[in-house]
Amino acid sequence: MTYEFDWSAVLSIKVWASAAGITLSYAVVTIAVGLLIGVFVGVAMLSSRVWLRAPASGYVQLFRCTPLMVQIVWFYYALPIIAGFSISAWIAGGLGLALYMGAFCAEIFRAGVISIDKGQWNAARALGMSYRRMMSHIILPQAARRMVPPFVNQSVLQLKNTSLLYVVAVPDLMYKSYEIASSSYRPLETYTVVAVIYFVILYPLTKLAKQLEVRSDH
Amino acid sequence: MPVPTPDRPIGRPMIELTNLCKRYGAQDALKGMSLSVDPGSVHVLIGPSGCGKSTLLRCVNLLEQPDAGSLRVGEANFVFAPGGPMPPARVLERFRSRIGMVFQQFDLFPHMTAVHNVMVGPRLVRNMPAGEAHEKALELLDKVGLSDKADVYPRNLSGGQAQRVAIARAMAMEPDVLLFDEATSALDPELVEEVLKVMAGLATEGKTMVIVTHEMAFARDIAHRVTFMEAGAMVEEGSADDILSRPENPRTQSFLSRFHLRAGG
Repeated sequence: MTYEFDWSAVLSIKVWASAAGITLSYAVVTIAVGLLIGVFVGVAMLSSRVWLRAPASGYVQLFRCTPLMVQIVWFYYALPIIAGFSISAWIAGGLGLALYMGAFCAEIFRAGVISIDKGQWNAARALGMSYRRMMSHIILPQAARRMVPPFVNQSVLQLKNTSLLYVVAVPDLMYKSYEIASSSYRPLETYTVVAVIYFVILYPLTKLAKQLEVRSDH
Repeated sequence: MPVPTPDRPIGRPMIELTNLCKRYGAQDALKGMSLSVDPGSVHVLIGPSGCGKSTLLRCVNLLEQPDAGSLRVGEANFVFAPGGPMPPARVLERFRSRIGMVFQQFDLFPHMTAVHNVMVGPRLVRNMPAGEAHEKALELLDKVGLSDKADVYPRNLSGGQAQRVAIARAMAMEPDVLLFDEATSALDPELVEEVLKVMAGLATEGKTMVIVTHEMAFARDIAHRVTFMEAGAMVEEGSADDILSRPENPRTQSFLSRFHLRAGG
């Protein structure tokens, strides 16, 4: 017996378009918010003041060392019990994704800054530069280049991680494919198509990351 | 190489270190070093690697904070105590801006062209207008023989060229004092001379310089005073001729016997 493919149920662009839109919007917004969080938290992690550094690295460790799915579920089912008000699945999912991305961005920022050779810091200090000037003109311009490849890498992961939104029933690509598969009884075709959609979105991004890596070499 | 006249300027020393101590963990890097450098004179520090001469240099511009002792450069005076507070950032920045430093690994800013490396100090620290800073930077590059390299990035400079740009960068702040931390140690032998020539030129101009080096012939040519250090302490100090040609301390003698002094007697 051979399997007979039937793509008719799963090839409607209309069905996928809204789900792809949701996936992309979540990816773009949570990456942007995560980047913003990452810069602030990264700066705090590099601070010499313990009261800034300690909570910042606590946050990063907490979100790096727990699964994203647990975070999303926690924000949706657990947080409302403490907070006393329920939050929508859309917000809970976004919160989990953004804070997760933020933790990784903070780490990328911190690692980029401390990767700059000690000699650069000494040379800037020896000229009498203030910390702020040294950072903005000497350290960050060099560190930013080194941050780009891991950031693009993390962004690729982030887009894939939006598939976890399905656990709180946000109709993203993954959730939609789950719906289509169960209504059409065509899981093979459905999940193949959704894999292709993710691939088509992400392949150019990874190519871009590769190119940026080569460029930051010299 | 030009030989400056060894007559020493009189008056208050430009740099005075008294009983400076610096520890790294359990290790004493400096055990009560004292040093005094007259304005316009060239003071060379020699000694085996790890003897604390680089640490001493880094204490002079407070890239390292001494644990004890006192330090005066020009009008700025600091007294240190173990666990004592670092001087306020503003004070440190102003202090360092008056002291130029040249590093073993050049440490040019790789994302800036040669001329930008030289102008960035005056621009950011002195708020000098861009046009003026640029003009001044070009003059300095010309002085170190690199006017044709103004728009070249450090990665396209040879070691000797990079170090000359680094000297121009330090000079751009018009410092009272110039510190050289093994400025030629990372260079290929054939590139050493061009950097020493620039340094000798500065010495004849009457710049106050403290130089850590292993170039003994160079030291004898341009130094007014030479200090031999070992294990974080001074062993012997005197005129360049006395220390390098007629050292009295057997440890200085043994250290110097490993160098073959070129030119001169």
